[in-house]
Amino acid sequence: MNALNITKGTSSKSAYNLRSGHADLNERHTLAVLVANEPGVLARVIGLFSGRGYNIESLTVAEVDHEGHTSRITIVTSGTPQIIEQIKAQLGRIIPVYDVHDLTVEGPSVERELSLFKVSGKGEKRVEALRLADVFRANVVDSTLDSFTFEVVGSPEKIDAFADLMRPLGLAEMARTGVAALSRG
Amino acid sequence: MSGAKMVVQALIDQGVDTVFGYPGGAVLPIYDEIFLQNSIKHFLVRHEQGAVHAAEAYARSTGKPGVVLVTSGPGATNAVTGLTDALMDSIPLVVLTGQVPTFMIGSDAFQEADTVGITRPCTKHNWLVKDTDALAHTLHTAFHVACSGRPGPVLVDIPKDVQFANGTYEGPAKIKSHYQPQLKGDLDAITALVEAMETARKPILYTGGGVINSGPVASQLLRELVEATNFPITSTLMGLGCYPGNGDNWLGMLGMHGLYEANMAMHDCDLMINIGARFDDRITGRLDAFSPGSTKAHIDIDASSINKVIHVDIPILGDVAHVLEDMLKVWKARGRKTNSKALKTWWAEIDGWRKIRCLDYAADSKVIKPQYALERLEALTKDHDRYITTEVGQHQMWAAQYMTFNDPNRWMTSGGLGTMGYGVPASIGAQVAHPGSLVINVAGEASWLMNMQEMGTAMQYGLPVKQFILNNERLGMVRQWQELLHGERYSQSWSESLPDFVKLAEAFGAKGILCSDPADLDEAIMQMLAYDGPVIFDCLVEKHENCFPMIPSGKAHNEMLLGDAAIKGAIDASGSVLV
Ligand SMILES: Cc1ncc(C[n+]2csc(CCOP(=O)(O)OP(=O)(O)O)c2C)c(N)n1
Ligand SMILES: [Mg+2]
Repeated sequence: MNALNITKGTSSKSAYNLRSGHADLNERHTLAVLVANEPGVLARVIGLFSGRGYNIESLTVAEVDHEGHTSRITIVTSGTPQIIEQIKAQLGRIIPVYDVHDLTVEGPSVERELSLFKVSGKGEKRVEALRLADVFRANVVDSTLDSFTFEVVGSPEKIDAFADLMRPLGLAEMARTGVAALSRG
Repeated sequence: MSGAKMVVQALIDQGVDTVFGYPGGAVLPIYDEIFLQNSIKHFLVRHEQGAVHAAEAYARSTGKPGVVLVTSGPGATNAVTGLTDALMDSIPLVVLTGQVPTFMIGSDAFQEADTVGITRPCTKHNWLVKDTDALAHTLHTAFHVACSGRPGPVLVDIPKDVQFANGTYEGPAKIKSHYQPQLKGDLDAITALVEAMETARKPILYTGGGVINSGPVASQLLRELVEATNFPITSTLMGLGCYPGNGDNWLGMLGMHGLYEANMAMHDCDLMINIGARFDDRITGRLDAFSPGSTKAHIDIDASSINKVIHVDIPILGDVAHVLEDMLKVWKARGRKTNSKALKTWWAEIDGWRKIRCLDYAADSKVIKPQYALERLEALTKDHDRYITTEVGQHQMWAAQYMTFNDPNRWMTSGGLGTMGYGVPASIGAQVAHPGSLVINVAGEASWLMNMQEMGTAMQYGLPVKQFILNNERLGMVRQWQELLHGERYSQSWSESLPDFVKLAEAFGAKGILCSDPADLDEAIMQMLAYDGPVIFDCLVEKHENCFPMIPSGKAHNEMLLGDAAIKGAIDASGSVLV
């Protein structure tokens, strides 16, 4: 997205030049937003993204500190470096937001997502699906005579890869939780 | 204590003595409490939008938050334009709405609206209070949020059963909020800015509404800074008055209808110091051609304003007054240096631009030119203790160009949202706050009609507001754009079937004055000023006058269009400046 239509390099002194040559390229960032667990707070966050035209690739939310009434919203978003900075500043402006962490830049972090896949098929395909599930360390959480339901936990990329493999083998339905992420150490 | 009584008690404890509002079923318990006390004066408006704009002008002209009380459903939805206006212009407001009882929420009850849902994007924050015990705390927090950091409107939605129920009241002293915006700027960044100031050859101070929001101390420090450094200064529409309009270093307003010298100086400067402004598109024009050769510093209390549209070299997050104080301290401690030789050349360049006399217009002895009307209004009222409000359109820009604001908090206009209908209620809010002062609403006839019902409010409370209507029988600003950009196809930009404004004034019980001859203008204005009560002044002006200078949308600062008179001057004065 380059809605602002800023051309780089228009001057030697202006900070337009300070941006890297790739400043118009989209980057994917994972943000951890700590919020007061009060009514409407998720609507505020989502409204901010829709109202200002930012992308949401994945969003998860749950209370993480019952005593302190704190929830953690994990958002995977994408945009130019300037847009990412805007998103963080705009999030920080929401009154019940305590803290915004950009896990993508604040050092190494781990990301996990849980997914469920229903794969229907018979004979050869059914065997192949089960074999690949084993390779991906998927759990079989339900099975019938003509279907399996797998549970896969991992990075979003791993889940994407599993989905690609299951598609020709009879992928009928899939559900993903979205990304949960923590900084390492 | 009942929830309704808590509302009144909380307002008293917050030092509120004025509320603008309109009753209805869902706020009757609060209105009952208002009836039973004498500390708070309630002003009954004629439309909830009027209440919000009146509260905005009250806030803008006093520095205190404005308070509004309206009912649920239509009362709340009518307040939405005002809330959006206040959000865009960073005006502190506390708006209280009634709501259907908690047990009926979600049932499409009579006059139920999802008020917190509707107003979430147009408030700084809002709350639905479901428990009387939480009410006092929420109200005090609401005042804190509205007034701290970058100010803005907040809304508290109070269901009727919460108003009736009893709970424990707590005073404002106990309020603990994690929302504590940073006031002091980073000293390293401030020092970097001071260093840049010491060597700058072509500096400019680009100021905005943030200076006014920061309070009178900020304006005072700004004046000190200008005096000490001899830097030129301009301001946005919202910042008028933060530096005196009659001051030597004043270049006039900048932006789309800003002064030639202000825009040229912004374009050519080598150091731009943005103090409490936000690089709005009416200011920057074409982004990639915006002040291409300058180092840019930006002082703002809102982190999201910094690097939003223009990338700056020296960002300083903090309150204007705090940062200016430190800036002056550091600059003095380092020996009060400026590049005075280069500054002299810079001023000579600026004086060259001033010679264009961009506000010159072709005078007329038969028809009142709108610019002339405002020049005369300015001349005849400038020594008064005066507050000016405006509507939105050409008249608003002319008022900004031809009137002089020497102090902050004297100029109330709808900047960010450009809300026609702002001026009449705003004049009422300003007059309520300053009963003994002269309050004039510089209006266009079309905007004026949008909230003219508030003349009833002015009459009821004996508020002697002067409605100075520049009547061009056109949606002038729309007509101007159609002339310049749409091949003179004047689609729907006529003000047809206008009322007889003099008779309209009389119908309200106010005084009406009609003036159409430049020769009569001074006397007519004097008559308006002499009248002790509300006046509607119908000033018939040239119908097809355009507002210049103008930077057409998408153009750069140095691609300004000048009016006929100024263009003549430009060619005479300095040849090819206008490449
Ligand atoms: C509520 C609202 N509707 C529409 C507009 C678009 N608009 C901007 S200026 C203008 C014309 C204003 O006419 P008038 O009040 O007579 O002022 P003039 O420009 O003639 O001085 C219009 C329609 C607006 N700013 N606000
Ligand atoms: Mg008009």
